[in-house]
Amino acid sequence: MTDLLEVRDLTVHFDTEAGLVEAVDGVTFNVRSGEILGVVGESGSGKSVTALALLRLIRPPGRIVQGAVRFEGTDLVGLSEDEMRAVRGTRIAMVFQSPRTALNPVLTVGRQISRLFELHQGASRAEGRTRTIGMLKLVGISEPERRARQYAHQLSGGMCQRVMIAMALATSPRLLLADEPTTGLDVSIAAQILELLRDLGRRTGASILLITHDLGVVAEVCDRVAVMHAGQIVEVGAVRAIFARPLHPYTQALVRSIPRIDRDVTMEPIPGMVPSLLAPPPGCRYADRCPRVLDVCRRDRPAPRAAAPDQEVACHAAEVEDAPARG
Amino acid sequence: MGFGRYVLQRLLLVIPTLFGVTLIAFTLTYLLPGNPALVKAGALATPEHVAEIERRMGLDRPVPVQYWRYVTGLLRGDLGESSSTGRPVLEDFRQRIPATLELTLASLIVAVAIGIPFGVLSAVHRDTVLDHLSRLLGVGGVAMPSFWTGLLLLYVFFYLLGVAPAPLGRIAADVTPPTRILGLYVVDALLTANGTALVSSLHHLMLPALTLGFAVMAPLTRMVRATMLEILESDYVTAAWAAGLPRRRVIYGDALRNALIPVITLLGVIFGFLMAGNVVVEMVFAWPGLGHYAVTSLMTKDPGPIQSFVLFVAVMYVLVNLGVDLLYGLADPRIRLR
Ligand SMILES: Nc1ncnc2c1ncn2[C@@H]1O[C@H](COP(=O)(O)OP(=O)(O)O)[C@@H](O)[C@H]1O
Ligand SMILES: [Mg+2]
Repeated sequence: MTDLLEVRDLTVHFDTEAGLVEAVDGVTFNVRSGEILGVVGESGSGKSVTALALLRLIRPPGRIVQGAVRFEGTDLVGLSEDEMRAVRGTRIAMVFQSPRTALNPVLTVGRQISRLFELHQGASRAEGRTRTIGMLKLVGISEPERRARQYAHQLSGGMCQRVMIAMALATSPRLLLADEPTTGLDVSIAAQILELLRDLGRRTGASILLITHDLGVVAEVCDRVAVMHAGQIVEVGAVRAIFARPLHPYTQALVRSIPRIDRDVTMEPIPGMVPSLLAPPPGCRYADRCPRVLDVCRRDRPAPRAAAPDQEVACHAAEVEDAPARG
Repeated sequence: MGFGRYVLQRLLLVIPTLFGVTLIAFTLTYLLPGNPALVKAGALATPEHVAEIERRMGLDRPVPVQYWRYVTGLLRGDLGESSSTGRPVLEDFRQRIPATLELTLASLIVAVAIGIPFGVLSAVHRDTVLDHLSRLLGVGGVAMPSFWTGLLLLYVFFYLLGVAPAPLGRIAADVTPPTRILGLYVVDALLTANGTALVSSLHHLMLPALTLGFAVMAPLTRMVRATMLEILESDYVTAAWAAGLPRRRVIYGDALRNALIPVITLLGVIFGFLMAGNVVVEMVFAWPGLGHYAVTSLMTKDPGPIQSFVLFVAVMYVLVNLGVDLLYGLADPRIRLR
C-alpha cells in the first residue's frame, strides 16, 4: 500500500503567557491508502493539536514550528492559505470530539451539509438538498427529510455525530481525521458510530486517522496504531504486532490498563501524569514515569528504531535487536 | 414548544407588567406632595372652592376608585393637560414622540453601522493597531459627555466648515415639513417623494445622530468584540474552517450570526436609553422631542407632562423588552424550538 499522508518531524508550539508549550514535538508517521490509523494517548498528549496542524488550523498563540505534511505528493505546510482551503473539506475532512458543539446552533443540520455541496461541487440549492438527504440516509439517519430541517439542539448526541460524519464525507475526502468521535456517547451508540466509520471507510476507500484515548477502540477498528505521549510518538506499528508485543514501556502500561474479561489480570493504571509540556527537559519525556529508566534516557531523546517489519519504537531501554527472532 | 406559543407567552406576560407600571405611576402621583386641586384653584381660593374642585377632580373618592378612573382615562388616551401649552398631553406627545424616535433610530443606525464592524474587526485582528484604535474610540465615546461632543461637532461642521445647518430643529425654517404619515420626517419625505424635505431633514439629523451614536457605540463594539472572540474559538467555527468554507463566510456568516444574538438585548437597552435619555442632545440641537418637552415641563413645574413622561418611559421599556424577546426567538432556534 502506498502512503496517502507522510508526516515528518511535525512540531507545534504555543507561545503562552506561562511560557512555550511544546505540544507536538517532532512527530513522524504515515497514513496508508485505505487504512485506519489509530492515534492513542492520554488526554493532553497532543492528539488534537496534531490533527488540527495537519489541516493547518492552529491559531495563535500556536504555530507549526517545523515539519512537513506530505499529502498526495504535496507538502501542505508550504501551501498558501487559499490553496490550503481548497484541500480542507474536499481532500481532508475532520470529525470533532463533541458533535453537538461542532454543529452551528443557528443553522439547520441539513443546511450545514448542503452548503458544502454548493461550495465544493457547484451544486444548485435543490441538488444540494437532494444530495444531503442521500448523505443523511447513508450515515443511518432515519426520516432524513425531517432531520435535515432540524437544529443540533433537537438531535441526540449520536445523531449529531452521524450528521458530523455526513458533513465530513459529503465531498468524498481521501483522508478523514476523526478526533475522539465516540467520546461522550453511550457504549452501544459509540460502537455503532465506529462501525459506521469503518464501513464508510471501506466503501469509499478513504483513509481514517482515528484519534482515541482508548486502546480498546484501536483493537476493534484500526489497522495500525501510533502511540503518543507528551507530544511525541513513542511507538507505531501494526495493531496486531503492538498488542502482541508492545515494546515501549508506555505502550506496555497502556496495554496493561485495558480492562479485560478473558484474562485474570487486574487492570493497572499508568503511574504518574503526562509531564508538563512547558519547556520539557531534554531526553525522553517518559523518563520520570518509566520503570526501566536508564541514565541515557534523561540525556538523549530516543530516536525511533525499527523493531519488526511493521513496528517502530523510540526507547533506549527497549530490546530491539533480538526482536525479529522472538517475534 | 412552537414559536406561536412562545409569542403568546411573552404577550401574556406583558399584561401584568403593564398593570404594575400603571400602579406605580399612579402611586407616585398620589404620594407626591402638593394638592393638585390647590394648584388648580390658585393661592387665593376659599376652602369651599378648593373642596369643590377636589370633588370635580374626584380627589375625594376612595383611592381604588381614583386608580380605576386613572386607568380607564389612560385607556381612553386621557393623559391630562399641560398647563404650559394648554393642550392635552396626548397631543403634545403625538407631536414629539416621532421627533425623538427619528433621532433614536438614526443614532442606532450610526452606532450599529460603526460599532458592529469595529467590534468584528477588533476581534479578528485582536491586539493589533486596529483593535487599540477601536478601544480608544470606545473610551472616547464613553468619556465625552454628549453635550460636549455635540458642541464640538457644531463648532467644526457648522461654525468652521459650514457644512452642517444651525442647530435649530428638525428641518430648515424655509422648508415645509413633509406630509405627516409616520411623523418621521425622513421616512415621510421618502414616502411622499419630497426631495427638498428629505435633504433638509437628513441634513438636520446628521450631527445629533452622530453625537448620540458616538455616545452609545462603545458598549456595542465591546460586546461584539468579546462575543466574537469567544465564538471564533468555538468548535463549530473550527469545524467551518475545517470544512473549507471561505474566510468571509466563516467570520460574517457562521461566527457573526451567532455573535449578534446577545447583541439584540443590548440594542434594546440602547434604544430605551435613547428614547428616554437624550434630553441633553435635544437641548443642544433644539430638537423638538420628548426630552426637550420633559425638561421644559420640569422647569415650569407642569405635573401632567412629567407624570406622563414617566409612564411613557416605563411602558416603552416593557415594549422594548417584549420586542427583544420576540427577536431572540426569531434569531435563536434554541429558544424558538425548545
Ligand atoms: N490554544 C492553546 N494554547 C495553549 N496550549 C494549548 C492550546 N491548545 C492545546 N494546547 C496544549 O497542547 C497540549 C496538547 O493538547 P491536545 O492536543 O488537545 O491533547 P489531546 O487531544 O491529546 O487530549 C496540551 O498540553 C494543551 O495544554
Ligand atoms: Mg483532544
